[in-house]
Amino acid sequence: MLRVESLSLQLGEFRLRDITFNVDSGEYFVLLGASGAGKTAILELIAGLLKPNQGRVWLQDREITHEPIQSRRLGLVYQDHSLFPHLPVWKNIAYPLRCARFAGNLRQHSEQLASEIGAQHLLDRMPATLSLGESQRVALARALATRPDILLLDEPMASLDTQARAGIRSLLRRLHANGQTIIHVTHDYEEALALATRVAVLEDGAICQIGSVDEVFHHPQSRFVASFVGIRNFFHGQLTQTGESATFLTPEGLLIHLSTDCPTGVGCVVFESKDVTLSPAAPAGSARNVFKGRIIDVETVRLGVELTVDIGLPIHAALTRESVQRMQLAAGVHVFASFKSSAIRYIPE
Amino acid sequence: MPQPIHRGWFSLAVAFAGGLVLLFVLGPLVGMFLATSPRQLLTTAGDAEVTASIWLTLWTSMGATLILAIVAVPFAYLLARRDFPLKWLVSGIIDIPVVIPHPAAGIALLGVLNRNTALGRLGEAMGLDFVGHPAGIMAAMAFVSLPYLINAARDGFAAVPQRLENAALTLGASPARVFLTISLPLARHAILSGLILMCARGLSEFGAVIIMAYHPMVTPVLIYDRFTSFGLSYAQAPTILFILVCLALLVVLRLLRGGQHAAR
Repeated sequence: MLRVESLSLQLGEFRLRDITFNVDSGEYFVLLGASGAGKTAILELIAGLLKPNQGRVWLQDREITHEPIQSRRLGLVYQDHSLFPHLPVWKNIAYPLRCARFAGNLRQHSEQLASEIGAQHLLDRMPATLSLGESQRVALARALATRPDILLLDEPMASLDTQARAGIRSLLRRLHANGQTIIHVTHDYEEALALATRVAVLEDGAICQIGSVDEVFHHPQSRFVASFVGIRNFFHGQLTQTGESATFLTPEGLLIHLSTDCPTGVGCVVFESKDVTLSPAAPAGSARNVFKGRIIDVETVRLGVELTVDIGLPIHAALTRESVQRMQLAAGVHVFASFKSSAIRYIPE
Repeated sequence: MPQPIHRGWFSLAVAFAGGLVLLFVLGPLVGMFLATSPRQLLTTAGDAEVTASIWLTLWTSMGATLILAIVAVPFAYLLARRDFPLKWLVSGIIDIPVVIPHPAAGIALLGVLNRNTALGRLGEAMGLDFVGHPAGIMAAMAFVSLPYLINAARDGFAAVPQRLENAALTLGASPARVFLTISLPLARHAILSGLILMCARGLSEFGAVIIMAYHPMVTPVLIYDRFTSFGLSYAQAPTILFILVCLALLVVLRLLRGGQHAAR
């Protein structure tokens, strides 16, 4: 659907180099990168707000590199939402309809768009009176008004509190489920885990890895990707909440105990490698997440050793060199891996 | 609560200095009011020559402001948003009327708009005579007051976040539509301030106007004419009347602007 081909941009000190990727129809594509990596610039290049020094952009087999901004069928939502402060919510939503010389009743159509996004009660408010979550919804309704081929989102959750974030996340998931193609840039790997079908990691103005969520998170191809995506222990599965305790079951049959307020549903659990303890014998005490497994990989990293243990699925543990030597851990050795319930974070889908 | 920075004798000294400044501005005005009787004022208000000149001054300055606004406001937008070669020079040229003596501005204008120049003849052929004509008055007023509008509007446009304009473009608006529906409404307070400033500057213009058109007389010229022909006391009553009219107009314009501000 969208093809970005060898885009390069020089903007003062800042550079984007040889950016190439495809986004297929119906995909949820997340561009993951630290701030200043050039994520917003990529969106602005696709939208036409910036002109590349080199490279081309194709949309639906049509080259749009030099097309005027207003004739590309793309909806861009900025991080600050950029609502027009002098127009009430419904006129903000109706703005693109007016530009497209929409023939029907603008007010009615805005109402319908707002209700799809859960903003129907805000129509007569002025943007300055909206909460950040509300103004994000209005910005989304406005960007979707003319049914763009692709929705471009610039850090859509960055300014939101936890509750608003969960609301916007489920809204985005619903839009995607309804077939909307989305490109979403963020610095937060949790958003990528929760939403993406494919991920590209951006480092210093260039894409350093691109692939499915599993590929990028489980098999980071460079140290930067590994440290940036941060967490290698993440598993999709089903959460069962009983009120007193919660358990999480992966499709491989691994049962993990954790503490969370989230209701029963599907999602993923994440925990950091440093929270995984390895020991030759079953640990005494009350740890509930104890799994017997075999070490399948040992990798020396800057601050210690990263071990991969197969406990039905691979989990990663970070230990000091000293502990590895003391316990004589090496590939093929059988160990017990344990981690505390409190170290586990659950991200609902 | 923030603490006042100035205390003791210093704040007293500052307050005293402020009082002197106010007295310097208000003293002569109040003195003139006290020296003029209400009867004199009433008689002057009934003087057809005076009222005609006040009307002339009002409509020429407002007309000059509105006509020039049509080109000056888009130009201010260009200055705020686009970079082009020699922009610094263009910005400097805009400010020239502020710094040159106003009779010099009048002489310069007369040089290009008199009946012997191509421009003057072109105007005459279209029925637009500049010398000794309201059109000439408006040209003189516009020439000296235009920088106030352009600078205010440029600052107003510059304060509109460019992201909003970008967002409008991605929503399908053409650049002209973005200007009319986003930039212009968001910069309207600054533009209105600029219009008021330009209009006020036009009302009070004397030096450039008197060279372009002694007749018909705008009020500043009429005041000067009464003063040189009949003396100070004859000039005071029309002066007071004109000041009152100008103040009333500015209050109304400011209220209009304030009203829009409140509605925001």
